[in-house]
Amino acid sequence: MKRSASKAHYFLPVKTIVVVTVILSVIVFLTTSAFKEKNSAADVAGYKIFSTDSTESVRAFLQVYKVLMSPRCMNCHPAGEQPLQGDDSHVHTALAQRGKDGKGLYAGKCSNCHQPENTPGLHTPPGNPKWSMPPANMKMVFQGRTARQLALQIMDYNKNGHKNKNQLLEHARDTLVKAAWNMGEGRTPPPLAYDAFLNVWDTWIKKGGYAPK
Amino acid sequence: MIKLTINQKAYEVDVNPDMPLLWVIRDVIGLVGTKYGCGVAQCGACTVHLNGEAVFSCVTKVKRAEGGKITTIEGLSEKNDHPLQKAWIELDVPQCGYCQSGQLMSAAVLLRDNPNPNDEDIDAAMAGNICRCGTYLRIRKAIHLAAEIQRKEGNNK
Repeated sequence: MKRSASKAHYFLPVKTIVVVTVILSVIVFLTTSAFKEKNSAADVAGYKIFSTDSTESVRAFLQVYKVLMSPRCMNCHPAGEQPLQGDDSHVHTALAQRGKDGKGLYAGKCSNCHQPENTPGLHTPPGNPKWSMPPANMKMVFQGRTARQLALQIMDYNKNGHKNKNQLLEHARDTLVKAAWNMGEGRTPPPLAYDAFLNVWDTWIKKGGYAPK
Repeated sequence: MIKLTINQKAYEVDVNPDMPLLWVIRDVIGLVGTKYGCGVAQCGACTVHLNGEAVFSCVTKVKRAEGGKITTIEGLSEKNDHPLQKAWIELDVPQCGYCQSGQLMSAAVLLRDNPNPNDEDIDAAMAGNICRCGTYLRIRKAIHLAAEIQRKEGNNK
């Protein structure tokens, strides 16, 4: 009799176990959700998560960041209303302006000078059929952004041109993005080769689209 | 053969598709109102309209213009009576005149898109057109006057 009484003393009632389990589950769930919300937008509606790995994702983004902040990308993603030019990212000559749709203004439309392909010669206008800046209602600024700010901005559906995860992956294959590596004479290419850029871009997004701390 | 429409007239030209549109306009067609300035899209003297938008014809290959509508200074108006031309004459804008056809073609796009431009709008629109004589102040004044003429003529129609 004594032995069985002491056994009962060590076991918690079933109700208590259930309540404690539920509380612990809620705490774990809330903690992980908050962490994800703070560091990644990969679980925004419409995004299909492959498998996440914050370390690998962040490491890849730091390579992506070097490319996006190079003049070949940043010059058309300036903080102001005028595009930038050249390896020193000086303000574009001829008072070139963004305009409402990102394609320039009045007689200063981008396609006035920028042809469907590069113009031959040193420092002549590089070309692409889609040559433009982001539109005035979604400027997608790169200039001045930290790595963390830029990663969060690109993964934010309401700040990235309304692109979901698959559209972001596709965007790196866009001919205008690829034009950064066909920069014309007198301009330095981005710091990674195009294929290497695709590789780190895909890794960053597929591993969760995490932002560096 | 490349088919072009210049100033509402159809042309067929047998040229290299990579030939600059300016060469075709001046040397092949013979419309010499459009000028060669720098040849590298830096001065605006060669500005014409392609499908209603200003382009620098020195860096625009003729193949880009195939099937499109081109307007040169000769086609800006039928009787040299575009509001800009009237204002240009009224204020005696040109000095040597070499850049002026390009200036007028750029200003025409500005007035179409913004019938009541302020100085800032004019500067933004016209900054791609350089004038070695420095007629900028008269150009700006003439664009304001042209806007006024355009408004009056519009009201009379």
